[in-house]
Amino acid sequence: MSSRWSRLGLLLALGFLILAPLEFKRYGLYILSQWAVMTIAAMGLNLTLGYAGQVSLAQGAFVGIGAYCAAILTTNGWPLAAAIVLALALGFAIGWLLGYPALRVQHHYLAFVTLAFSTLAFLVFRNEAWLTNGTDGIDGVPRPSVFGLSLKPHLYYYYFCLFVLACVTLAMLGLVRSPWGRAFVALRENPMRALSLGVDTRRYTLMAFALGSALGALSGALYAPLVGLVEPPAFTLTLSLNLLMMVIVGGSGYFLGPFLGALIAVLLPEWLRFLESYYLILYSLLVMGLLIYSPTGLIGIVDRHIVRRRTRAASAARASLSASIEAP
Amino acid sequence: MAPVLEVANIKKRFGGINAVDGVSFEVREGEILGIIGPNGCGKSTLFNCILGQLQPSEGEVKLDGRVTTGLRPCDLNRLGVSRTFQLLQIFPKLSVRENLILAAQEHKGTMLSRLFGPRDAGLSAAADQMIDFFKLGALADEPASGLSYGQQKLLDAAMAFMAGPRLVLLDEPAGGVNLTMLANLKDRLKAFNLERGATFVVIEHNMDFVMSLCSRVIVLAEGRLLAEGLPAEVRANPSVIEAYLGH
Amino acid sequence: MAEFLAIVIAGLATGALYALVAVGFTLLWQTSQTINFAQGEFVMLPAFFMLAAMNARLPFWAAILLGFVLSTAILGFAFKRLLVDPMLRHGVLPLAIATMALSTFLKESVKTFYSAEASPFPSLAPTGDLHLFGVAIAWQNIAVLVVAIAAVIGLQFLLAGTSTGRQMQAAAQNPTVARILGVPVERMILYTFLINGALVALASLLITPIYLAKFTNGETLGLAAFIAAIVGGFNQIRGAIAGGLLLGVVDNLAAAYVSTQYRGAIPMILLIAVILFRPAGLLGRPEERTV
Repeated sequence: MSSRWSRLGLLLALGFLILAPLEFKRYGLYILSQWAVMTIAAMGLNLTLGYAGQVSLAQGAFVGIGAYCAAILTTNGWPLAAAIVLALALGFAIGWLLGYPALRVQHHYLAFVTLAFSTLAFLVFRNEAWLTNGTDGIDGVPRPSVFGLSLKPHLYYYYFCLFVLACVTLAMLGLVRSPWGRAFVALRENPMRALSLGVDTRRYTLMAFALGSALGALSGALYAPLVGLVEPPAFTLTLSLNLLMMVIVGGSGYFLGPFLGALIAVLLPEWLRFLESYYLILYSLLVMGLLIYSPTGLIGIVDRHIVRRRTRAASAARASLSASIEAP
Repeated sequence: MAPVLEVANIKKRFGGINAVDGVSFEVREGEILGIIGPNGCGKSTLFNCILGQLQPSEGEVKLDGRVTTGLRPCDLNRLGVSRTFQLLQIFPKLSVRENLILAAQEHKGTMLSRLFGPRDAGLSAAADQMIDFFKLGALADEPASGLSYGQQKLLDAAMAFMAGPRLVLLDEPAGGVNLTMLANLKDRLKAFNLERGATFVVIEHNMDFVMSLCSRVIVLAEGRLLAEGLPAEVRANPSVIEAYLGH
Repeated sequence: MAEFLAIVIAGLATGALYALVAVGFTLLWQTSQTINFAQGEFVMLPAFFMLAAMNARLPFWAAILLGFVLSTAILGFAFKRLLVDPMLRHGVLPLAIATMALSTFLKESVKTFYSAEASPFPSLAPTGDLHLFGVAIAWQNIAVLVVAIAAVIGLQFLLAGTSTGRQMQAAAQNPTVARILGVPVERMILYTFLINGALVALASLLITPIYLAKFTNGETLGLAAFIAAIVGGFNQIRGAIAGGLLLGVVDNLAAAYVSTQYRGAIPMILLIAVILFRPAGLLGRPEERTV
């Protein structure tokens, strides 16, 4: 993609994200904050799925773990920062524990293990009322204060979410540009060759899953103060499937995929609200259609188009060159 | 001194078929050993058993006297064994230089240090050296998909050499390569063997390639060792001739 | 003791159902590398076909027949032609994810077009218990066991005893060689999809009287089927049967003697245990490690 255009596009998007919300009312700010928070979870899932090629059906459960961390800690007087640290640590540790046995065996066992874990997590959220308040959930999750400034106003909390998203984005960029990024390309394109070059595919995949799950938990820690109420039905398989669809529709394996996918997943239900209960039916049909046509999602379509134009230009150049050579 | 590679009575069964049926041989330091044999005699299966791609049904593999049977390919690689593949396996979307850096980066530091360290894992200089050695200088920043088949074969070999291995196993390196490129490849292999003292094992069909490159040859037929010795000896061996003609 | 036996038999009955669903799932994976995450919804759906038919005044037996036909046609044939065939060229993972979208589609369609509430479903078996040697066994469970076992035996006979069945097995184990030997591999793969369509309809008929017809039925059933298949050994039909039975029994025992609240965790624990200690599954052959 032409760097100048993409840089301009990104600057415009950034400008919009920072300036436009000043004009938004409560509802618009809520939507945008949701987008920011879901993108973080989707980026984590993109690392697992898009870069390491493994399906996780537990990302929703990790969001729940992070959300409960935040809810329990902050309603007991602890700062949100502590909850964020705990969420990241728990997400990573549980991801590692789940992934380690599952990735030692072949096939797509991680998908099933995460599916089962999703059920288990929901049961824990619902049953362990002494910790999670059971089916009633935890209400009144407070928003933090940063250097004395309260983030309770929706605009301020939105900027906080945006700030965390920016940090996560930079961290991911760093990861993808490092030797790890190269290893992920290798393990995605040709795992056998990667192995023969010393790339420990199992270790890298496990790391991707653990890090991806940690990001899911981080997203949950931001979600709790955003919504204010944390209850079990919000973190079922449905959320995991939604996050998965975000990554797929946006374009799995592309850096910007999660941003686009989360945007669609957050905006589409609003625009198609007139469809009411038909919305999910239509959405799942669209996802199936998209997968048939372009398994690499929307950005994949754009990418293919660009590559096709580039190769056409290259062969046209070659053709005209050879024609001018052959001309007497 | 222990041989670099010791293969003892390797057997590999697939259901009722004995693809490899008790093969034993040694590879001494610095030599270039050729493995030849008619199609389907078990050469690639043998390679895969040595390299950890497959688990042998029986038998043992030792590297420098240390048992390595069943180790995963990435662990073997870190012990100093690398390979090329029969079907080309370079990374088309990465540039030539990136391919080479990838080939050695897992030997540098720990996983964590690689995450926070420099982008090229400190390997740019080494990669450039390898590019010069294989005379791919003009293509260093091209995506590997843009190279000709012969150039890709050179890159494949270069990648196998990047981490400075003790032992390199080459699976039909001459396949599908034109004569000029072939001479080039042979020249580079010989140079690497002499300059760095690396030991090679080469599976090949191309008889001339094997005879002119290898210091010693073993012949496989139907999963078993048929003959062993200097290239000229083996070529004249009547049972070897029959094994090839009989197919 | 009598109570224990009753629970075990009930567990075997549930397990037999899980086995039916797991067998279909394993068949699809073996023959065409299809991981069907919508398998649970496939079991949920045929009951609704039958209910809709009965709402249109058809007698029960005709509704059952119609349910089987629709299930085989839609969940077997249409599923293969419309979703699986176009997606297979993209690889295993995209197809698996497409079936996840399919499961949402089926679930929400039933919820929207039929009902979000649970509907009763008539049972083939009489209510009440059979009293045998002091043990009270529900007729329902006996019916389920008998029918499921008959189906499994029938399937085994089909696969091992008929020429078509053997061709199907050949197509599953080694499609390239099978093609060379003249086996119409594509048609054999289609047959496995059709068989799965029939199996899920049967499972639906047996299970819905117990759980009532609800659009959420697919969730627990699906998970149970996947885990039964893995626990038994992903690459074996016999494994799916064994895994299903084991899962059913363990699940029922746990619900009775441990805790009903965490009953849903049993499949997970079983799965983790199998993966840790016997990754090939109980009856599976240790797979060749390609990596």
